[in-house]
Amino acid sequence: MSGPRDLLLRVENLSVNYPVYTKGGMPWTRPQKLQAVNSVSFDLYQGETLGIVGESGCGKSTLARAIMRLIPAAGGNAFWKGQQDLLSMDARTLQQLRRELQMIYQDPLASLNPRMTIGQIIAEPLTTHFPKTDTSEINQRVKQNMQTVGLLPNQINRYPHEFSGGQCQRIGIARALILHPQLIICDEPVSALDVSIQAQVINLLMQLQQDLGMSLIFIAHDLSVVRHISQRVMVLYLGHVVEIADTDMLYKNPLHPYTRALISAVPVPDPERQRKKSILLLEGELPSPMNPPSGCVFRTRCPQAQAICAEQKPALKNVHGEHKVACHFVG
Amino acid sequence: MLLNPKKIQQLAQNLASLPPDENSSELKGRSLWQLARARFARNRAAMISLIALLLIVIFSIVGSSLSPWDHEQIDWDAMADVPMLGAPSIQSRHYFGTDDLGRDLYARVIQGSQISLMVGLIGSLIAVVVGTLYGATAGYLGGRIDALMMRSVDILLAIPFMFVLILLMVMFGRSIYMIFIGIGLLSWLDMSRIIRGQTLSLKNREFIEAARAIGVRPLTIITRHIIPNVLGIVVVYATLLVPGMIMTESFISFLGLGVQEPQTSWGALINEGARSIQNGTLWQLLFPLAFFIVTLLSFYFIGDGLRDALDPKDQ
Repeated sequence: MSGPRDLLLRVENLSVNYPVYTKGGMPWTRPQKLQAVNSVSFDLYQGETLGIVGESGCGKSTLARAIMRLIPAAGGNAFWKGQQDLLSMDARTLQQLRRELQMIYQDPLASLNPRMTIGQIIAEPLTTHFPKTDTSEINQRVKQNMQTVGLLPNQINRYPHEFSGGQCQRIGIARALILHPQLIICDEPVSALDVSIQAQVINLLMQLQQDLGMSLIFIAHDLSVVRHISQRVMVLYLGHVVEIADTDMLYKNPLHPYTRALISAVPVPDPERQRKKSILLLEGELPSPMNPPSGCVFRTRCPQAQAICAEQKPALKNVHGEHKVACHFVG
Repeated sequence: MLLNPKKIQQLAQNLASLPPDENSSELKGRSLWQLARARFARNRAAMISLIALLLIVIFSIVGSSLSPWDHEQIDWDAMADVPMLGAPSIQSRHYFGTDDLGRDLYARVIQGSQISLMVGLIGSLIAVVVGTLYGATAGYLGGRIDALMMRSVDILLAIPFMFVLILLMVMFGRSIYMIFIGIGLLSWLDMSRIIRGQTLSLKNREFIEAARAIGVRPLTIITRHIIPNVLGIVVVYATLLVPGMIMTESFISFLGLGVQEPQTSWGALINEGARSIQNGTLWQLLFPLAFFIVTLLSFYFIGDGLRDALDPKDQ
C-alpha cells in the first residue's frame, strides 16, 4: 500500500478474561480467570482488510466481540479514528458509533431470526437507528441492498429457512451494509459454507469493499482464504499476537516459528509439489488458557525454545517496516 | 401418460408473459407459523377436537336462545316429581331434564359452560401475558435481577395454591371473581419458569447477538426477537393450562366453595348430579360431565397437535 493511510481503529493492549467457575465450588469461591485475549494491539487503516488467523480457541472471535462491545474487555483501549475509546465510551456515544460498526457471523442461518422476513432482517439496523424512515424508503433501500449482494429483490417477504446457506450469508452481508458502515468485522463468515460458495461470498466481500471503501477485519482459520482477501494478516496464538505483517511478506517470509508451521501446513493444489513439501509438524497440544506457560506462550511447542523463553515474555518487535514478530530469536 | 398439448402451450405462454424484471412481483414467503398451521390441519385428532371445542363455545353463547327456560327459573310441576316429570324430554322443553329444584338443566349447563370456559381462558390469558413477559425479562437480563425474580417465583410456588384460594373464599366471601383473582395470581408462575429457561437457551444464539451488535435496545430484543421465538411453547402450554384451570374451578365448586347460586359451573353441576344419583336422576350427572370431559379432551388433543405442529424436530 502506498501513500498516507488514515487510521480507522487503533487497538491497544486489549485483554479479555472469562470467569470459570470450578465444579462443585461454593458460591463464594472466586472463579478462575481464563485469559482469552491477552494485550493484543494492532492498527487498522481505512479501506484495508486485516486478516486474523489462529487455531480454534486462540481468541479470534473473543477479540471481535470485545471490539464490538458484546462482551466486556478486562483492559486496554480501542480508539476509533484516533479519538474516542470504543471500550470505555458511554452507552449513548456507543449507540451512535454502532452505525459505523457492523458484524457478519459464522453460522449464516443462526444469525437470522427465523420468525422475521428477510426484508425485516435487513432493515433492522435502519429501523433501529433511524426509526423515522418511512416504509417505502426502507423497502427501496432493502431491495437495493439485496441487489448489491446478489439476491433477488422480489424475495423480500421470504423467511430465512427458505434460503440456502450461501444466500443466508448474503442476507447477513446485506444487513451489515445497509447503514454504509466504515468497518465490518467478519467472524469466520465462510467456514460454514461449501468451498464453491465460499469463493462467491469472499469475492462479493472484496468487490463490495472496493466499491464502498470500508475496512474489514476478517477472521478465519483458512490461511488461503485470508491470503486472498487481506492486505495485512495478524497471527494469534493463545490470545497473544505472535506476528503481524503485510500479507505477501507474511506468506513469503514468515518469521515466527508458529507462523512458519501454520504456513507450511497449507495444502498446495498440486499433488507433485504437495508430496515434496516438508511440513513443520508441531508437537503437543495447545496449552490451556487457564494457566498459560510462563514467558513465551508458544515455548511448549516451539522447536527453537531455549531457557530464555521460559523466563521472559518476548515483546512484539518491529523487524522491518510493518513486520512485527514476538520472538526472542528474530530481529 | 398423455399430455394435454393445449395445457402445455398455455403454461409456456404464462411463463413467457412473466415480467422479465423480477422486481415487479414480490414472492410470498411461508413463515414458520404458516407451515405449523398446515401441519396442524393435517392432524385429524386435533382438528376434530378443535371443531368439538368450537361447537361447545358456540353452544355456550347462543344455546340459551333455543330454550324457553332460564337458568334460575323453577318449574314447579317438574319439581313435584323430578325423576318422572323432570326427565329429559322435548315435550316439556327440558332438553336435558331438570335438577332437584326443578330448574332447567339445559339452561344451567349453558350457564355453567360460560363460567367454566371463562375461568379457563382468563386464567391462561393472565399466565400467557404475565408469565411470558416476566420469564423473558428475567432470562434475558440474567445475573442478579434474574436470581431475584426467579427466587420470588419459587417463594410464591411454595405456598399451597388450593389452601390460599380457600382462605380467600372464606375471608372475602364466595364469588367467582375471587376464583379469577386467585387463579390469575398463581397461574403465571410455571409459565414464567418455562419461558425463562427457553430464553436462556435463545439468549446465546447468534441472531440475538447480531441484534445487540446492531444496537437494538434490550426491551425491543425481548419483544421482537425472544418472545416470537418462544411463542410456540407458550401456545402449547397455554392450551394445556386451560383444562387445568377448569378442573381447579370445578374442584373448588365441587367442594362447595366456588360459584354462588343461582349461578353455576360444570364442577358445581357435577357435584349436584353426583349427590342425587340414588334418586334415579342420572341425567343430572351425565350432561354436565359429558361437556366437561369433551372440553378437557379437546384441549389436550389440541395442545398435543400444536406441539407436534410447532416443533417438527420432536417427531
